[in-house]
Parts: sequence; structure tokens; C-alpha cells
Amino acid sequence: MDDLRRPTGFLFALLGLILLLYGMFSSARAELVPNINVNLWCGLTLLIFGGIMLWLSYRAKS
Amino acid sequence: MTLSPIDYVSLIIYFAFVLGIGWMAKRKISTSEDFLTSRHSVPVWITSLAFIAANLGAQEMIGMCASGAKYGIMTAQFYWVGAVPAMLFVGLFMMPFYYGSRARSVPEYLKLRFDEKTRGLNAITFAIMTIFSSGISMYALGLLFELVLGWSFTNSVLLSAAIVLVYTLLGGLTSAIYNEVVQFFLIVLGFAPLSILAIEKAGGWSGVSARLQPVMSHTWKYTAHASENPMGIEVFGLVFGLGFVLSFGYWCTNFLVIQRAMAAETMAGARQTPLFAAFPKIFMPFVVILPGIAAVALMSMSTGYTIPLKPGGGYNYDLVLTTLMAKFYPAGMLGIGLTALMASFMSGMAGNVTAFNTVFTYDLYQSYMKRDAPDKHYLWVGRVTTVVGVGLSIGTAFLATHFNNIMDFLQLVFAFVNAPLFATFLLGMFWKRTTGHGAFWGMVTGLVAGGLTLGLTVAEGKGGWIAPIHQFPSSMAQNFWIAIISWSACFLVTVAVTLVTRPRPESELKNLVYGVTDLPRETEMPWYKRPGPLAVIVVIVLVIMNIIYW
Repeated sequence: MDDLRRPTGFLFALLGLILLLYGMFSSARAELVPNINVNLWCGLTLLIFGGIMLWLSYRAKS
Repeated sequence: MTLSPIDYVSLIIYFAFVLGIGWMAKRKISTSEDFLTSRHSVPVWITSLAFIAANLGAQEMIGMCASGAKYGIMTAQFYWVGAVPAMLFVGLFMMPFYYGSRARSVPEYLKLRFDEKTRGLNAITFAIMTIFSSGISMYALGLLFELVLGWSFTNSVLLSAAIVLVYTLLGGLTSAIYNEVVQFFLIVLGFAPLSILAIEKAGGWSGVSARLQPVMSHTWKYTAHASENPMGIEVFGLVFGLGFVLSFGYWCTNFLVIQRAMAAETMAGARQTPLFAAFPKIFMPFVVILPGIAAVALMSMSTGYTIPLKPGGGYNYDLVLTTLMAKFYPAGMLGIGLTALMASFMSGMAGNVTAFNTVFTYDLYQSYMKRDAPDKHYLWVGRVTTVVGVGLSIGTAFLATHFNNIMDFLQLVFAFVNAPLFATFLLGMFWKRTTGHGAFWGMVTGLVAGGLTLGLTVAEGKGGWIAPIHQFPSSMAQNFWIAIISWSACFLVTVAVTLVTRPRPESELKNLVYGVTDLPRETEMPWYKRPGPLAVIVVIVLVIMNIIYW
């Protein structure tokens, strides 16, 4: 079967990107942490994780 | 808790992805073994993460967070004492026989090592238990979604079951294992921010422990007497009951997790699986337990957060996880958190389904119903069993809504069904004289002894339907002691019966028993991949964690 890191990387990069953009353009904040943009930071983390997975997968291929 | 459209977007993307993995895995399936056992084709990093993910069901996530709020950091004992040592043992000492015997399942190993009746007993109890556990966790999830999100119980149960059914039916075990890895990442990335935010809000670990009873921030300090800690357990019950009998009974004999290791490409991979898995396992308490502890600290601050009450009074600890998510996650991240919860439910259920269909197809159908059919037939049976297994789980979930007491009772029973088994495997793998009659009657006596103990003791109003002759301080203590008695009964009877029955000749026991098997020597591998050094590193990390949270 194909390298699992590739689809996993795509999934997390996509989820992360959506969350990051939502964090940048919406004012959604959580009740107990109103001054932290949780979406922005979590989106960034997911995007970076997805990116690392994709990078590992492409590195293994070449 | 209300969800926004953005939250549904994450959930839908994830569902589509899960089905896509099933579709990808489908191409590799042409025999029953491809479908049911992955035929030793899965890379070791994947089997390792699947090894713990199969155990990280939604009930585990919700339950560990609840226990964190109830018992504090002592809950981490379920990981540090109650899982890691057993994972090391199975990787170091037992995997050579599981993998080396070429058995396709744990019951099949019992058949090769002992005899048909031992396999039959184990296969039947395992199959029944798997279906009920999967149904009960489906019930718990449906109830939670109904309560927290207002979703219909029927619809959420049917939808989640349908998705699990489709991807396991398409890609079999491979698809379940691959998805478990993604589910593991989602669980960690979806819940870790909650832990960080909640602890941070409560003033860091020092702030949290300053706001709590001292007993909530220590693992060992208050275990000298059962009355000193809220779990109601003392160090012997904890180490022998949880750390030895229950934990080894689960991690070393439960096919649900062993199946993941057996799917590895090589013997070395199968042995590394539980050892690699031990590292994330040691750190999981920080993701799943800490939010619960922080919740209690937050209640003593003027944040407005409280754990919801049960209708009859008392805190409803099962709601700690979801209420925290509602307070700390804004629309957007809330969807990821919910997706993670859904993922944990699906990984638990897919684990049950894939273990059930293998045991039913090979250990019950092929052994007792139709022995010599072409492989295509068993592939078909495996697929049909997958559908039937999911159907039975759904049935159990709906049954649970009507017969709550029976389900409560079954959970008490399941808590000790695995306990005697470890005595059977320990003797079977390391004492070549052990006979099939010994193993069988040991298992039977162990189960009966466990049942009798449950019938003769009471804790928190449970058990004691024969005659309540002893009272335990907590159901946890009762559970640990039932396991200890059940295990000891199995051990003693197995030894006794073995001594008066005729052992099998040694020539038949090659690759099945210690002493007549050439053990794998991974000398050509770098040291950090060899089981021995790996286990030493795990132990060092484990000891450090126990000292920090003493």
C-alpha cells in the first residue's frame, strides 16, 4: 500500500489551513480564554504537522 | 454546546478521508488473510501507533478525563503501572511465540500450544465480549452526543457504525490499522491543546496542585493505606491487581491489541511494536488525564466553570471532557476536538470489529463449522462476519438503552474475564510441561472464582447477589481483588491438573514454548532498535515520571 504519511499529511494540512484561515478572519473566541486566538495557533500546529508528514513522505520517495 | 458550520466541515472532511483510506487498502485484498490479518505487511511505526490507538476508544478518553477529576494524577497509574510494564513484557518475552508460531489469532495459538477445547473456550468468550464492549461504547457515545449536542441517539449510533462498517469492509484489518494511526494523531493534536489551555488557565501545574487536595497531585504518596486515597486501593492491590493481573491479562493476551503487533512485517517489528508504543503511552496521561484535574482546580477559581451535576445529585464526571471543550475551544477548534472524539470512538470500534471477524472466521467457523473450504469462501465469511459484528454491536447499543442494569453487570464481568487468561499464557509459554487439560480447567476455575468473588462481595452497591460477606472501600478495589483471586485460581488449578495429566512431547512444542524455541537474536540491528535496550530506555523514562509525580 502507498505511504500512509502522504494522505495523513494532506488531511492535517487541509484541516490546519482551514482552521488557520478561520482564525485569521473570524472573531471566534472561547469563553475562558477570550484573549487567545485558539483557532490560529491550533490551525498553525496542524498545518505544520501535516507539512512535516508530507515532507517525510516526499523525502522517502526521492 | 452548539456547533457552527465550520465545525461540521472538519467532521465531514475527516469522514471522507476515513472512507478514502478504506478504498486505498481495498486494492491489496485478494485472500482471507489479506482481509483478516494483513499478512505481515504493515510497517512497524504504523503497528506501534495502532497498538495504542485500538485501546484509546471514546470511553477511554471520556473515562480517563473523568477519573482525573475524581482521583487526580493517581489515574496515571492506569498507564504507568497498568499498561507500560505489560507492554514491555509482551514485546520482550511473549511476541517470539505469538509471531513465531505463525498463528493467525490468539485463540489459534492456544490451539497450537494446547488443544481444541482451550481454543474454543477462549474464542467464544472473546467473541461475545468484543461484541458487547463495542455495543456498550457505542451506547455511551450515542448518549453523550444526545446530551451534549442534542443529536438523535439513533442517528449518531447508526451513522458512526455505518462509517466504521464501510471502511473495515472495504480494506479489512489494514484499513482499520491505517486509520487508527490517523486517529491517534487526531486524538493527540485535538486534545493536547485542551490540556495546555486548561492547565495554563489554572496557573500551571504548581497552581493546579496548590488549589487541590494534596492527594490529587501524587501517584504513590498516599497508597500505603486504602483509606488515604480516593481510589480506595493500597499499594499491594495496585501493583498486583492492576499492575500485574489486569494489565498483563489485557496487554499480553487480548487479541485486539496483539493482532496489531502480529500484523508487523517481521519478527523484529512485532517485538518492537509494543516497545515503541510504550513511549507515547507514558505521555498519554498529560493529554487525557490532566484536563480532568485542571477542571477541579478551575472550579475553585471564579471562572464560572463547574462540572455538571447528575439529576440525582453528585458530579457527572463523564461530562468533564465535553464541557471543558465547550469552554476552551471556539467554533473551529471545537470541530477538531469533536472530530478527535469521533475518531477515538471509531478506532475503538474498528479494533473490536476486526478482532471479532478474525476470531469468528478462523477459530469458530473454520474450526467447527466448515473446515476445508477454498480460501475465497473464508474471505466471504470474513466480510459477512464484519457486517454481522457491526449489526450485533448496534443491537447491543439499543438493548443497553432498555436494560441498563444488565449492561452495568456485564461491564463488571468483562473487567475480570481476561484476568485468569494471563496465568494460562504464562504457564503455557514458559513451562513446557503445562497440558491442555490443565489450561482448560484452569481457565474455567478462574472464571468461576471471579464470578463467585463478585457474588460474595459488595462495593458501592454493586455485586454481592449471592451473599455479601465482604465490603470493599471502592468498586475499583473490588475489581482489582476479583482479578487477583481469579488469576490465582487459574494458576493453581492449571499447575495441579498439569501434574496429573500427560504432557505433549517436546518435538510438538517448537516455536510455541520457551526452552524448545530458537529465540530471535537481533544482533545485526543498531542498538536502539533492539528490544532489550529499548525496554531499558522505557523503564528509565517511566521511573523518572514516577519520581516527578511521586
